[in-house]
Amino acid sequence: MSVPILKQGDYLIASIQSALTDSEVLKLRDDLADRVGNFRSRGIVIDVTAVDVIDSFVARSLQTIASTAKLRGAETVLVGIQPDVAVAMVQFELSLDPLLTALDLEEGIAALRRSTGGVDEDGR
Amino acid sequence: MEHAAESVPHVRLPEVDSRLLRELVEYLRQRRTELRQEWVRRITDAQLLGVMTPEEIFLEVTAVYDNYVDALETGSVETLQDYARDLSERIIRRGVETHEVLGIVLLLRDVLARSLFVHYQHDPDVLNRILDAYEPAANRIAVTVGVSFVEERERVIREQQAAIRELSTPVLQVRERLVILPIIGVLDSQRARQLTEQLLMTIQANRAKVVVIDITGVASIDMTVANHLVQTVKASRLMGASAIITGLSSEIAQTLVDLGVDLSMMKTVGDLQGGLEEAERLLGYKVIQAGDE
Repeated sequence: MSVPILKQGDYLIASIQSALTDSEVLKLRDDLADRVGNFRSRGIVIDVTAVDVIDSFVARSLQTIASTAKLRGAETVLVGIQPDVAVAMVQFELSLDPLLTALDLEEGIAALRRSTGGVDEDGR
Repeated sequence: MEHAAESVPHVRLPEVDSRLLRELVEYLRQRRTELRQEWVRRITDAQLLGVMTPEEIFLEVTAVYDNYVDALETGSVETLQDYARDLSERIIRRGVETHEVLGIVLLLRDVLARSLFVHYQHDPDVLNRILDAYEPAANRIAVTVGVSFVEERERVIREQQAAIRELSTPVLQVRERLVILPIIGVLDSQRARQLTEQLLMTIQANRAKVVVIDITGVASIDMTVANHLVQTVKASRLMGASAIITGLSSEIAQTLVDLGVDLSMMKTVGDLQGGLEEAERLLGYKVIQAGDE
C-alpha cells in the first residue's frame, strides 16, 4: 500500500498507516521529492503514529527524505513516534538527524512554522 | 506461592518400616502434653520468640507439634508446609527472625529424639531402628519449615520492593506541557527502564514539551544507569520533548566525568528551581511578581 500524501497549505502531510516494505519506502521518498517541487511546499510532516517498528533501513530512508527535501527547500518533521518505538530506536542507536521530531501532527506543524519562519496560531 | 511444589523437591518422606513408624507415632501422640511442655520450656530457655506471649507460643507449638506428628505418620509434608507458610506470614510481620524459626524446629527435633532415647534405652537395637525411621523424616520436616519461612520472607520482600517501585516514580505535571520527574533512592537498571517507560507514556498523554528530571535524591549512579539516562533523554527528544536534568550532586557529576559518559546532548541545570526556570523559558512562559506590573 503506497502512502497517501496530502497537501495542507504550504506543507505536505504523509501518514504512514502500516509497516512499509523497502520498495514502498523508496517510492515514498521519490513521491515526496516530486511533490515538494510541484507544490513549492516549505515543509513535510511524516506521521508514524500507526507504525510499531522503525528499523535502520526506514530510519536511513527518512534521513534521506529529509536531506533531499531540504535541498529542494523544505524542512521535514517526523511526528507520532510511539514510546516503545522511541526506546527501541535509542537502544539500537538509530539516529534521525537532521530530521525534526514532534509529538503529533499539531506539534509538527507548529515546529515547521517556527523553523520556516512562519507564524503559528498562537502568534509565537 | 505458585512455586511451592518445585521448591521442595521431594515432598514425600522416605519409606520406612511401617510397623516401627506406627509405634513411633503412637508414642509421640501419647506423650503429646509432656513433650509439648518440654518443647515450650526449651524455647523459653533459649529466649526464642521474644515478640510472642507464652500463650501464643503454646498455641502455635501445639499446632506445629500435631502437624509434625501427622507428617511423620503420613509421610507427606504438604500440610505442614502450608501451615508453616501460613505461620510465617503471621510471624514475619511481628519481626520473628530466621534463626528463631530454625532454632525452634531443631529444638523440637532434639526434644523428641531425647525422649526416644530415654524410652528405648533398655533396647539399643530397637532404638537404632526407631532412630533410623525418625531421623530422615525429622530432618526433612525441619528443612521444609525452614525453607517455607525463608520463601515467605522473600515473597514479602519482593512485594515490598514492588510497592516501593510503584510509589517512588511519580511523573508530575506542573504547568501546561511541562512535567517533572523527581527521582529518589537507588536507581538500578530495572527502575531506570520503568522510569523511561512511564515518562514516555506521560509525554504522550499530557502532550508535554519539556521534561525536568530531578536527581537530587539519587545518591550514586553507575555506567549502566548513566547510559540509561542518556537514552531516556534521547527517546524523549524523539517524542518531541526536551529533557532537562537537574540536581546532579558533585559526586555524581564527578562520576559521570570519570566514566566518560557523553553528556553533550543533555541539558543540565544545577537545581530544580533553575530547571523549572529554564523550562519556562523554553515554553515561552514569563513569571512576574504581581506587584511589579
